[in-house]
Amino acid sequence: MEFDLAIHSLREINQALHDVCDEDHAKTITVHHPKGAHSVAAGLTAATNVNILGHVGYYCAGMNQNAHIHIHGNAGPGLVENMMSGCVIVEGNASQYAGASGHGGLLVIKGNTSSRCGISMKGIDIVVGGSIGHFSAFMAQSGRLVVCGDAAHDLGDSIYEAQIFVRGSVGSLGSDCVEKEMLQHHKDDLELLLQRAGFAYPATEFRRYGSARELYNFKIDNADALRPK
Amino acid sequence: MCGIVGLYLKNPNLECRLGEFVADMLEEMGDRGPDSAGVAMYRNPVADGGSKVSLFSADPNENWQKRVAQISAHFDSEFSLIVHASHAIIAGAASVDEVGQWIRTHWPDLRVMSIGTSIEIYKEKGHPNEVVKRFRFREFSGTHAVAHTRMATESAVTTEHSHPFSTGLDLCLVHNGSLSNHNRLRQFLRRQGGEFQTDNDSEVAAGFLTWRLSKGETVVKALESAIQHLDGFYTFAIGTSNGFSVLRDPIACKPAVLAENDDWVAMSSEYRAIARLPGAKHSRIWEPSPAQIYSWERQ
Repeated sequence: MEFDLAIHSLREINQALHDVCDEDHAKTITVHHPKGAHSVAAGLTAATNVNILGHVGYYCAGMNQNAHIHIHGNAGPGLVENMMSGCVIVEGNASQYAGASGHGGLLVIKGNTSSRCGISMKGIDIVVGGSIGHFSAFMAQSGRLVVCGDAAHDLGDSIYEAQIFVRGSVGSLGSDCVEKEMLQHHKDDLELLLQRAGFAYPATEFRRYGSARELYNFKIDNADALRPK
Repeated sequence: MCGIVGLYLKNPNLECRLGEFVADMLEEMGDRGPDSAGVAMYRNPVADGGSKVSLFSADPNENWQKRVAQISAHFDSEFSLIVHASHAIIAGAASVDEVGQWIRTHWPDLRVMSIGTSIEIYKEKGHPNEVVKRFRFREFSGTHAVAHTRMATESAVTTEHSHPFSTGLDLCLVHNGSLSNHNRLRQFLRRQGGEFQTDNDSEVAAGFLTWRLSKGETVVKALESAIQHLDGFYTFAIGTSNGFSVLRDPIACKPAVLAENDDWVAMSSEYRAIARLPGAKHSRIWEPSPAQIYSWERQ
């Protein structure tokens, strides 16, 4: 199935992608000439394969469930926001808040991402081949953020239980984010994730970061304040 | 929200198509800023010692011929006139200081949009598609341009509040974002002799750069000072008579994309505006880093 954003409207294409049911999952759908359009392939639920040939704008593949989406270009802000499952691969770079709030699935960005990558992530796995911008993994709750290059300043600020692995340098760690020991099971898990994402770096080249659990929410003495009155 | 675009041509063969390219980019950014649109184009520089002024009249029956006869008589030299909708470009052999002073004194009913040697500014209320048609931007040639589509947030929707803002000779700025310390900064700059036409925050950013440049700083130096003194969110595209610069604030939550190839450098809030340019597909595309100054200049 072939679509062309130079001919078809975005609404037509997204509707056709939504009409694909699970039984058709073997189908591969190609989208030509996205030219930075917004919300391409957003809200898919079936396990279909989508190839996007070119650069996309805001909110590509948002809320994705089950679909395998391959972007042969760069992605604008808000890539795969709130992804639930499935897999999204970006051959180029991604803009701000890639993978924000994602609950599950795998996001692979082969190039770099800018600020706030994985902000408030809730279970998604994000693997970035290049470097990431500042304030990434802010308030990240669970899931893994793997960076094969460098991370800019304030990484993992106010982080909860997500895990961060960085191969290069870290500009600075955000509040309550600390370096943690790489145990064997972390290395094994990371090795598998890197393989799934298509990167050959050994897990031993990465350092692990996570929460020091020193902020207000982690103090048992403050538990009462969170109880409904 | 707002949309900003900038285009700096490296290949002189493309100069005859500057207006067409900028119109395409502006239209593409229409839904980021449907309230008003404006363009600063750098084109047809006047001879040394001369000046060029962009003027706006709110009177649809404005008699521009009469105005030009008046200024030509005063300076005893023939001024040229080109009228584009509500705007007129008047150019002549007198110096920018003298012409600026004379216009402010004798034509207080007109608004000076820009003054310099090559800059021309056109801006109006209305959807960018309408504004592009009204001024026939597609027919313009030039070397570089910055342009803006506005979704108003902190001040009124009027022609005066539209971008670009020019507060100094050939200098202009377009802005996506909002500044929080513009009132105090405007007060300070007024005390330094700065002149402001509106209560708009972006005009203060332009005024700040003008002030630093008047102290002898280069554009890059002036932008370094801007990072220190401007508080708020911003992506700026800045034009000068021979250059083009881009700056994002240190938090950089306002979007920006840069692209460069052998023929041009383009900047926009979104890639889709750049995608309309010839050769976009094979350009180097990147997102400008926070608080980093990008600048291109003709020798």
